[in-house]
Amino acid sequence: MLNVQNVSAGYGKFQALFDVSLDVGAGEAVAVIGPNGAGKSTLMRVISGMIPAMAGQIEMEHKSILDAPAHKIVGMGIAHVPENRRLFPRMTVEDNLRMGCFMPQFRERFEERRSFVYDLFPRMKERRDQIAGTMSGGEQQMCAIGRALMSDPKILLMDEPSAGLAPVVVHQVFDLIEKIRSEGLTVLIVEQNVRQVLRVVDRAYILESGKLHSEGTSDELLQSKEIQKSFMGV
Amino acid sequence: MMAEFMDGLFSIFFVETLINALLLGGVFALLSLGLNLIFGVIDVVWICYAEIIMLGMYAIFFLHAEGGMPIILAACCGIGVTALIGWLTHRFVIGYLLQAEPINQLLATGGLLFFFQGAAMVVFGIEFRNVGVSLGSLSVTEDIYLSWTRLLSFVLATLTVVVLYLFLSRSYLGAAIRAISQDREIMILMGVDTKKLYLLTSAIGGGLAGLAAALLVLQYDVHPFIGLSFGPITFMICVMGGLGNMVGGFLAAFVFSLLITVGGYFAELEWGYVMAFTFFIAAMFARPKGLFARNS
Amino acid sequence: MNNKTLIAAIAAILCVLPFVGLDNYHLHLIIMILIWSFVYTAWSIMGRFGLVSLGHGAFMAIGGYVTALLWNELGLSPWVSIPVAMIGAAGLAVLIGYPCFRFRITGHYFALVTLALAEVVRQVIVATRDTTGGSLGYTPESHGEGWSVYAFQSDDRITFYFVALVVWLMGIVIWRTVDQSMSYYALEAISEDEDASAAVGVQVTKEKLKVTILSAMMTAFAGALYCQYQMFISPSTIGGIGLSLQIVFGVVVGGIYSALGPTIGAVITLMLAEVLRIWMGAGVVCMTERVCLNLAGVPLLVYGIMLVLFIIFLPKGIVGACTDQWREMKSNRKASV
Repeated sequence: MLNVQNVSAGYGKFQALFDVSLDVGAGEAVAVIGPNGAGKSTLMRVISGMIPAMAGQIEMEHKSILDAPAHKIVGMGIAHVPENRRLFPRMTVEDNLRMGCFMPQFRERFEERRSFVYDLFPRMKERRDQIAGTMSGGEQQMCAIGRALMSDPKILLMDEPSAGLAPVVVHQVFDLIEKIRSEGLTVLIVEQNVRQVLRVVDRAYILESGKLHSEGTSDELLQSKEIQKSFMGV
Repeated sequence: MMAEFMDGLFSIFFVETLINALLLGGVFALLSLGLNLIFGVIDVVWICYAEIIMLGMYAIFFLHAEGGMPIILAACCGIGVTALIGWLTHRFVIGYLLQAEPINQLLATGGLLFFFQGAAMVVFGIEFRNVGVSLGSLSVTEDIYLSWTRLLSFVLATLTVVVLYLFLSRSYLGAAIRAISQDREIMILMGVDTKKLYLLTSAIGGGLAGLAAALLVLQYDVHPFIGLSFGPITFMICVMGGLGNMVGGFLAAFVFSLLITVGGYFAELEWGYVMAFTFFIAAMFARPKGLFARNS
Repeated sequence: MNNKTLIAAIAAILCVLPFVGLDNYHLHLIIMILIWSFVYTAWSIMGRFGLVSLGHGAFMAIGGYVTALLWNELGLSPWVSIPVAMIGAAGLAVLIGYPCFRFRITGHYFALVTLALAEVVRQVIVATRDTTGGSLGYTPESHGEGWSVYAFQSDDRITFYFVALVVWLMGIVIWRTVDQSMSYYALEAISEDEDASAAVGVQVTKEKLKVTILSAMMTAFAGALYCQYQMFISPSTIGGIGLSLQIVFGVVVGGIYSALGPTIGAVITLMLAEVLRIWMGAGVVCMTERVCLNLAGVPLLVYGIMLVLFIIFLPKGIVGACTDQWREMKSNRKASV
């Protein structure tokens, strides 16, 4: 479904990604893991259009993303839950969700999608009129995911969903991701918390210093001695 | 002197003054609404905002007094003209300076201030022009006369704030305009074309200037430098109300008009302005982000 | 060429100029350029560190009006009243500056507060119209024919020419003194990061105040000088937002980070105004029966476009852009060697 080929990207003179390629098939859950500064967030941002690619090609269902204007990418079915949630802090939960439906093609389905999100996250329904910035980290993460789901995306990009959250909350978030997966959604997750993410995805790529290091199924990676040493502190 | 002061305080003219202050507040509120919107959303100070109002006044004057258009239609066209000017201002000036220092943005609009004044002078000349439409006064009691124009401004200002509020809180575009001032970077993930949204906001801000122009043109003569008389006040109202805070700006407008009118009642008109500006300076010291700003 | 020698050379040429046979008109032009250069330089002493003031009109007005008023009302010689005016301006600078700096009011908020200050001063002048003449302006009484040291007045342009020259040079010297003092480092640091500077022991408020007071006093002096030369001042020529923007415009065009930048800005803006005035004429040109253009507005128009273009393409001004180019060429040459 999502096809990233030999993509390089960076910020001004600083290059963060070198010739990275990956695939995500329909219905799959794929992770990109790696240490801090590996370029994981950069990868997400190139796919969702927040930053331009310096080289390479990205295709969504065989249609090139890089040709389209950046703000139309969400219209192609790619929804991005940014690093650090990035909710609109002074708007209510419901207004945040509404923004997820901004594009004209999504607006008519607003009520339907809102019910879907509230069913998935009953806590959000309780807090629908609460100002987003006043919620806890875990609740904000839920809201951010909900906002991305409002556009009924074909693939959900998640950037470090566990960042800044307490371990108990992290566990809840990944339970949630499993739940979303069971609804059939395709997911690409970028994470530092290797243990948690590997239990919800089928495959993972390892990114280090902007370059693709290796890939494998979750089982393979969980059992790999090297992975255990580098990322799980064994 | 105290006796005179107390006499002055309880006279019927003081009551009239207070009511006029209220109505003047309406005019100020209308003046600062557009600037506040642009301030709050795009985070730029358009120091030339009063000059855009001036151009709107000229447009209405020429369409009505010289072109014979009915005044209401001329006002609508005036709003269209200023909306276009707002759009152009962002497209060709601010749009290139979004990453620049705020002070540079302010200075660039300062350049536009000169440009608009110069252009108005060249094209329209320096004579004072009056559109020649007077709505007269409403006699509330035997002694109190209220200008219809001021009443109209007050009503229109309140209406506009309400309409704007509804637009911002109920519509998708309104939500997007609120959102972009809170996190510009991720708007792209919502499918929002930030450039277009800024242009729209600038056009709305310009259009609101046209609305202010429509009311001012009924009360005052227009000449190229008229912006200098109400420009500074307009910025200060916005800042004092808290950037982007519509309600705050609305309230600040009334605080200002009260100070100006009351000051002008007891002494020369200019002392009213001195009071208002001094209050502004003091208010800035007390609450640098504006009297009604949210604590962030 | 060394900066110092450049300045000395210019000064030398300027000393000789009046005797080369320049007429009154050209002398007047150069005197105006010198005085305004001094004002722009005074402004940039603050401005270069990010303390952008839109209120310098207030200081100029204080300088001019206090001097003229004390002379007309009390017969006080400018030699006494100019220092008084300067102290008054300094006082005002502290009154506004101290709370601003203490409460970390910076950037465009600071600019708007200074704008309010300029407006307050302007409105006070108009409100006290019985004493100050209000919007119509004010004229210091002439002491009579010839020149008088006591009255600080002179019929003869050449005297004022040299006074202006000396004042201009002093402005440059003061600028360079600040540039080479410890305050320079403190203020540079402050403009980059106030909190960090405070953390390493820089007395932020004190440093900012010092430079603000200096700038205010210099500007007040210029206001007094202007008044004595023109023998007329008014709130619009000497105060208000137009004047403040004019100063900023001049400095932006010339370059804010060098000693001669503001001077070059003054030269450009004043020469431009003169050229346009002569070329266009101040009059009205009618293209058809109903369409007439008032050409007096053209300088303003051109100023406006220039300021916008400069901010977008050359925010460091002409001198700044040239210095940047020169530095880049130098480092390229080094790299290739």
